Amino acid sequence: MTGFVLKRLGSALLVLLALSVLVYALFYVAPGDPARLACGERCNPQQIAQVREQLGLNAPVVTQYLHFLQGLLAGRDYSGGAGLVLHCDAPCLGFSYQNDRQVTELLLERLPATLSLALGSLVIWLVVGVGTGLLSALRRGGPTERVLTVLTLAATGTPVFILGLLLLMAVCAYLQWLPFPTYVPFGEDPEQWAWNLLLPWVTLGVFESAKYARLTRSSTLETLAEDHIRTFRAYGVGERRIVTRHAVRGAVAPVIALSAVDFGTMIGGAVLTESLFGIPGLGKTLIDGVRVVDLPVVVGVVLAIGTAVVLAGAVADLLYALADRRVTLT
Amino acid sequence: MTDHLVDVTDLAVDFPVGAPGSYVRAVDGVSFTLSAGRALGIVGESGSGKSTVAAALLGLHRGTGARLTGSVRVGGTDPATASPAALRALRGGTAAMVFQDPLSSLDPYHAIGDQIAEVYRVHTTATRRAARARAVEVLDRVGIPDAARRSRARPHEFSGGMRQRALIAMALACRPRLLVADEPTTALDVTVQAQILDLLHGLREEHGLALLLVTHDVGVAAESVDDLLVMREGRVVERGPVGEVLTTPTAAYTRALLAAVPRLDAAPNPAPPGGTPGRSPGEVEALGSGRSPGNGGRAGRGPAPQGNDTAPTLEATALRKEFGRGKRKVTAVEDVSLILHPGETLGIVGESGSGKSTLGRILVGLLPPTAGEVRHAGAAPATGIAPGAQMVFQDPVSSLNPRRSIGESIADPLRAAGERDGSAVRRRVEELLVRVGLEPGHYDRYPHEFSGGQRQRVGIARALAPRPRLIVCDEPVSALDVTTQAQVTALLAEIQRDLGIALVFIAHDLAVVRQVSDRVAVMRAGRVVEEGPVDEVYGRPAHPYTRRLLDAVPVLDPLLAARRRSARQEVYA
Repeated sequence: MTGFVLKRLGSALLVLLALSVLVYALFYVAPGDPARLACGERCNPQQIAQVREQLGLNAPVVTQYLHFLQGLLAGRDYSGGAGLVLHCDAPCLGFSYQNDRQVTELLLERLPATLSLALGSLVIWLVVGVGTGLLSALRRGGPTERVLTVLTLAATGTPVFILGLLLLMAVCAYLQWLPFPTYVPFGEDPEQWAWNLLLPWVTLGVFESAKYARLTRSSTLETLAEDHIRTFRAYGVGERRIVTRHAVRGAVAPVIALSAVDFGTMIGGAVLTESLFGIPGLGKTLIDGVRVVDLPVVVGVVLAIGTAVVLAGAVADLLYALADRRVTLT
Repeated sequence: MTDHLVDVTDLAVDFPVGAPGSYVRAVDGVSFTLSAGRALGIVGESGSGKSTVAAALLGLHRGTGARLTGSVRVGGTDPATASPAALRALRGGTAAMVFQDPLSSLDPYHAIGDQIAEVYRVHTTATRRAARARAVEVLDRVGIPDAARRSRARPHEFSGGMRQRALIAMALACRPRLLVADEPTTALDVTVQAQILDLLHGLREEHGLALLLVTHDVGVAAESVDDLLVMREGRVVERGPVGEVLTTPTAAYTRALLAAVPRLDAAPNPAPPGGTPGRSPGEVEALGSGRSPGNGGRAGRGPAPQGNDTAPTLEATALRKEFGRGKRKVTAVEDVSLILHPGETLGIVGESGSGKSTLGRILVGLLPPTAGEVRHAGAAPATGIAPGAQMVFQDPVSSLNPRRSIGESIADPLRAAGERDGSAVRRRVEELLVRVGLEPGHYDRYPHEFSGGQRQRVGIARALAPRPRLIVCDEPVSALDVTTQAQVTALLAEIQRDLGIALVFIAHDLAVVRQVSDRVAVMRAGRVVEEGPVDEVYGRPAHPYTRRLLDAVPVLDPLLAARRRSARQEVYA
């Protein structure tokens, strides 16, 4: 177990290192001169040269990358010109070109919104998805299953922004049950936080739940066809108990494993939902960063997403082993 | 009639196939009765309908679309028409089923004690705690050591034999009057099989249970039942007290079935039953050449050509194979040395986990040994698959690619050996198909179109393709019915006689190994504990483990079986 955690951590670090090399290469592959971008449009060549010096862009590429790594692990200092020194603490991802704020600070500020969105939709897709899947496995061949299959397919086939837009128009514009959502941090007002996130949660949750419904249905049916189910039928155990106690267990392991991975992806992947509902999360930060070629921000968000996905993968393996004791982690 | 616990009259079962409204008859006009304290065996080959009959006793066909006619009464209830509540009471309460595959027949996610307790609570009003105590009690009764602690284990933490015991414990939990055991020992080693059969026997005596034992193994039935029903293609072809059926069978099919059972005592096997219906013409034709496997295998060839001048086909020295590292290290093969001469057959017997399959893989070069070396025909030890060595695998279903025609599968080793000429490949494959008793026209057919025996013939043709000097057969017949088994071993013997190749025959079935081998090596825990000419090893076993193995093999004579059972009980007592 400890061996597994250590091994997993080691490989996670390797993945992140490789990812950091890739995104750092962005600096050089991306169009435009980083110094010019950082300095702004109205800079003269001297000012640009000065910025280039401050950012250490004159050093060889490898040295620059090592400085970047050093900043991540131990923090680094930037000279702000005229003897001024800007210090950037340990996980240092540099400063945003846009507003000269520390990228790390920016990410930490945006993370709660993303986590709020991901957690809420996780709950919805687990409840709706697994519930729908179980119901259609139980009513297989009947009208209930056919209706559920159509709904599932419709939810899979509708792009998430269409779904969100339809919900917005229906709930906020026509019915006016809810005001148009604006993000309220949980710390400020938990009730407003929940009301404002309700639509994004439903949008993302319903969209994702289609996948989980199909997964749950197929793995439940698969388990129902296994020999040990026959054993309990042959011993007079009732059908409902067979499904709730024995068949569901077989379906649980893949569902939680996939959920963990999806949750990790959602940290950076809910771009469309975040943009649509104006949630100031990581996805929206990434899009905004790309639009104005704010390279440090882009690099920072990509690394954060990478970390989340890698961690989620490890957590998925752990959960899988907990759900199915036959699995041993090595 | 009501005094019988089980009363089946004119039972017929049809299963739906393909288009709606079309059925295939699995069981046709079966009648029998079974009273408390008696044991009835149903024997037959695969597809004979024996398991279908067993399932009908518990109404397991309900809701599957199967069509039942005739009447079934178990303890006065008709499982086909009983109300759901009455059916649940019957299942497990009156009649309990012991299923075949103990690995897949228990829920992998729950503790074994909980699963037994759950079944107990379905049939009683016991509290959770009382049910758990009952589970421990029955686990203890079936011989699970330290039952209280082990009841918390999940199925994968149990060995095959222990899982089978746990299934029997589950059956006992609600004190049923009838045990229906469907191939309860098929997946088990002989020594474990003997223990399970002894357990069932003991329970029957102790509780006056009726037992319905379904098995393909006539020897298993001989040991355990009072009356025997022989089924074939859904019909009962013979019935009677077990001693009578086995010693003076009247039906031709029963005689053929008994003749095909490999025996430990009689060395040469009589000819396999010709014209077994339900098999394809090709398979029957191959038999029609009328050669008996025993003669082909050993007699007529004289003593194994040991000590002659030619280099041995295979020479293995001090082989050792380890898997895993550090604390998890397992030694699968330890200090094994073997010599095999052209035209000779070496049998390797052992129970599961004894390392016999690993050894076989090392011999053909599929696995590199951790230490020691393998020489083929005197050549220096090489890495990778040894040229001139081929393998025939156990499962003829999964060892052939279902998406490629069998001709293509047989041609693979030829192409791998560098043959590029398409028509030459086809000619050679057709020749091989004829050689193993199939038809040249079978080239373009797919594995699912063949029976198990025919698929194993395809496997043999594939092994023969590159003209090997050595074929290692890993359990080549253990997935086959006895009559098919006899045909396939006959084919192997014939090929060996004609081509002079050396065979390594790996099997857990001691009788089959005796039939085909010149010499035999007995493996246990990675080591060869005894090796020698078959007659010596089987006739005068030197190692106590060999004796134990031989004693555990079921015999066809019920009287002898009973004597050996009491001898075993004295040993274990």
